[in-house]
Amino acid sequence: MCEEPLLIAEGLTKFYGARLGCRDVSFTLHAGEVLAVVGESGSGKSTLLGLLSTELAPSAGHVRYSMRDGSLRDLAELSEPERRLLLRTDWGFVRQSPEAGLRMAVSAGANVGERLMAVGWRHYGNIRGAAADWLGRVEIAADRIDDSPKSFSGGMRQRLQIARNLVTAPRLVFMDEPTGGLDVSVQARLLDLIRSLVADLGLAVVIVTHDLAVARLLSHRIMVMKEGCVIEEGLTDQVLDDPQAAYTQLLVSSVLQS
Amino acid sequence: MTVLDVQDIAKSFTLHLRGGLTLPVVAGVSFEVAAGECVALGGPSGAGKSSILKMIYGNYRTDAGRILIDDGAAVIDVASASPREILALRATTLGYVSQFLRVIPRVAALDIVAEPLRARGIDTTEANARASAMLKRLNLPERLWHLPPATFSGGEQQRVNIARGFIADTRLLLLDEPTASLDGANRDAVIGLIRDKRAAGTALVGIFHDDEVRDAVADRTLDVRAFAAA
Repeated sequence: MCEEPLLIAEGLTKFYGARLGCRDVSFTLHAGEVLAVVGESGSGKSTLLGLLSTELAPSAGHVRYSMRDGSLRDLAELSEPERRLLLRTDWGFVRQSPEAGLRMAVSAGANVGERLMAVGWRHYGNIRGAAADWLGRVEIAADRIDDSPKSFSGGMRQRLQIARNLVTAPRLVFMDEPTGGLDVSVQARLLDLIRSLVADLGLAVVIVTHDLAVARLLSHRIMVMKEGCVIEEGLTDQVLDDPQAAYTQLLVSSVLQS
Repeated sequence: MTVLDVQDIAKSFTLHLRGGLTLPVVAGVSFEVAAGECVALGGPSGAGKSSILKMIYGNYRTDAGRILIDDGAAVIDVASASPREILALRATTLGYVSQFLRVIPRVAALDIVAEPLRARGIDTTEANARASAMLKRLNLPERLWHLPPATFSGGEQQRVNIARGFIADTRLLLLDEPTASLDGANRDAVIGLIRDKRAAGTALVGIFHDDEVRDAVADRTLDVRAFAAA
């Protein structure tokens, strides 16, 4: 219970000119914890993900991260090579659109192997072996390893994106609406895959979603955002079963009961 | 030895979508449960029995008072604990058997039942063996064990849920109408499970719709009407 957090966000604020992206967001995330950020379009969820993953620079606030060597570093103070190494090894980023997270011009195997080469793997046989292993783990048939992701369905592309991100054994993965835009049956399979991989690998995840069912299935904790601010947070089942804020009550009551 | 010490808790719901209407549920709820004791919550539907269980599990927030649970190493107040502390408590000390199984797509019944054991670091072979024994005890046909329960009947799903809820050893177990949709033989199997837990020193708090079940397992009944909120 007293172990150090993996990531600490303090007072994160982002303005796009005069327009507010998000304001004064603070939280801590521990190893193996899954945090869902929910809210409707424009609530600041994706801005927050951009700030956490260093894709955006905050207008105010800090993100500190516990590096693999145990040191706690302010991400704004990392050198560019340090930041790139973090993004390629210890972090993953699964995007809503697989085309944004994959390289569509190279084979499925190369998409997975590329991250390994970026961290210094050189032996072709080992790289291909690791890629084949990961394709299997995301339920892509071994004989598709040399195929282009262009020939894959949306669900397969998304599973390939997950393999590409997890092959370097990251400790923290950011996910932006990973099941958005997929058919319901494809979504269920992907969610189950993400759920079991996250539990087996003990990953910490920050997942942005507008789908409360996704948040309930995957996350331990929820932050509800509205107009750039966190209006409610807590244990996932507590926030969903006993929502306090008017907006959270509206979100929860808008979900169809199955 | 006291495992659960509920001190003067209160709960109301504020419905913002109904113009801020406040629904008081319970107030001044205090009771203790010792290891090896089974306390039944009694009273009519709507009296707040389930709300009390959900507050103890940390599923509902508590407006006032304390809910102290002794996890063996420390005493934790669920009413003020952080999400991490509540999750840790659920992983080790605090179990809950709800009325309905929350079905996860594609996960087989046996894996659903074995999961709490694997989460406690028990290897898959032993976890599966114990899960099989539990499903057998609850008379779930073996041909269903490797199927996801989405297509099971209500009673079959409920037995998977009970098996999952009873399989791990927890110091405190909360039961929300565990026999609601079961036939006589399976009801007796659940009575047997509850008695085993009690004999092993688990503290139990339960809601039992069925008087026969309650009389068979509970040491005493707490009438929740005494805690009606003003």
